[in-house]
Amino acid sequence: MSDDHVYMTLAEGHEDDTRWAYGTGFEDPLHGVDAAVPDGVDAGELAALCVTLADDALVSAQRLAEWTTRAPELEEEVALANIGLDLLGQARLLYSRAGQVDGTGRDEDAYAYFRDAGEFRNVRLAELPNGDFAFSIVRLLVFAAWRLAHFERLTAHRDPVLAAIAAKGVKELAYHRQYAAEWAVRLGDGTDESRRRTRRALEQVAPYLGELFTAYDVRDEVVAVLRRVTEAAGLPMPVYRPLPGSGRTGEHTGHLAPLLAELQGVARAHPEATW
Amino acid sequence: MVTTALDARRARRIAEQVPDPELPMLTLADLGVLREVSLEPDGTVVASLTPTYSGCPAMAEMRAGVAARLQAAGYPRVEIRTVLDPPWTSDWITPDGRRKLAEHGIAPPGAAPARAAGPVPLVLSPTRRSVPCPRCGHPDTEETSRFGATSCKALWRCLACHEPFEYVKEI
Ligand SMILES: [Zn+2]
Repeated sequence: MSDDHVYMTLAEGHEDDTRWAYGTGFEDPLHGVDAAVPDGVDAGELAALCVTLADDALVSAQRLAEWTTRAPELEEEVALANIGLDLLGQARLLYSRAGQVDGTGRDEDAYAYFRDAGEFRNVRLAELPNGDFAFSIVRLLVFAAWRLAHFERLTAHRDPVLAAIAAKGVKELAYHRQYAAEWAVRLGDGTDESRRRTRRALEQVAPYLGELFTAYDVRDEVVAVLRRVTEAAGLPMPVYRPLPGSGRTGEHTGHLAPLLAELQGVARAHPEATW
Repeated sequence: MVTTALDARRARRIAEQVPDPELPMLTLADLGVLREVSLEPDGTVVASLTPTYSGCPAMAEMRAGVAARLQAAGYPRVEIRTVLDPPWTSDWITPDGRRKLAEHGIAPPGAAPARAAGPVPLVLSPTRRSVPCPRCGHPDTEETSRFGATSCKALWRCLACHEPFEYVKEI
């Protein structure tokens, strides 16, 4: 076996070269990590929490990836794609952890590709269409601020694997929140048009804030971040009017099913394909 | 099979020399992602790797690269373990690794931000850090994008020689 080019070592395990470049069957991202669930941790609850956090990340990653070739500038396209990639990585780790502890032995692909919209537990905020750049930035700001605060608390979780995934994620999410906050200030404090759109985006995300504030008490921290950013941008804080229903119980908008159809299409058409 | 301390050291050296798939001027040891290499009594080499970023697509290639090099060097049984805790930090890039990055026109990272327990503070005023140009050494440089071609790098440019360059982010 030669490893002159490291990527070639990956291909050598497959007899059918034509199937190398797409598909499922990635190596388990938790390969070799001690999978034991500590005493006193409810495996079902832990798995449900991991799936919830993974669904948020996977759906967000898919929306961020949709900006590729469409962002206002190449730098922003690269930034949004990188943020999506971090979230996709978090999703993979979390799905793998869920599969280890929920007793089904499912792998990450089973969760990502072979569940329907009603089985997803992501917040509806994540599945809303990208809209304009202002909406995507404001949505990312809210999502990253919430997820960073939540992950920071999860670093003390009694499950060491979830705690480690969270500790890694905190470093990444701090960059995501920073990126979105700086853009939100720049847009809010920019032209009349960017200001109008950013203000509208804040109003559009407001109904979906409540869904984020359920399990851990991170509401004050997220609101404080939003207040700082809106003050710096010279924009009003959005008025909070919660919508009925919740993505956390599988009640989604009509936008999730088409997103999943695109995400899952290849895997479902070629269920045996391997990378 | 009788294993010796010499075999263990040799296995470690081989694993350490595997190049990083995305920063090929660095070895996995330079990058600080190779956490441990040990030799079990039955001859199995156990190598522990830690990912740089959760979504780092190079992890599978790193694992495959370490296993392939060790197998080619006469260690048929190789086990690769993923270590998530503690999370990788750019502070683990070795002095040798930093020198190689700079030689290849990539600015090495500064010290990673120290994190106190509790909420991560949001800093809205731009943090001024001085990143000397890796090409001409001039201190007058600016960030063009916090995100670059790979997760671990940002894009900068030099205001003196006008060349763009990559910069490994502190994390
Ligand atoms: Zn220069």
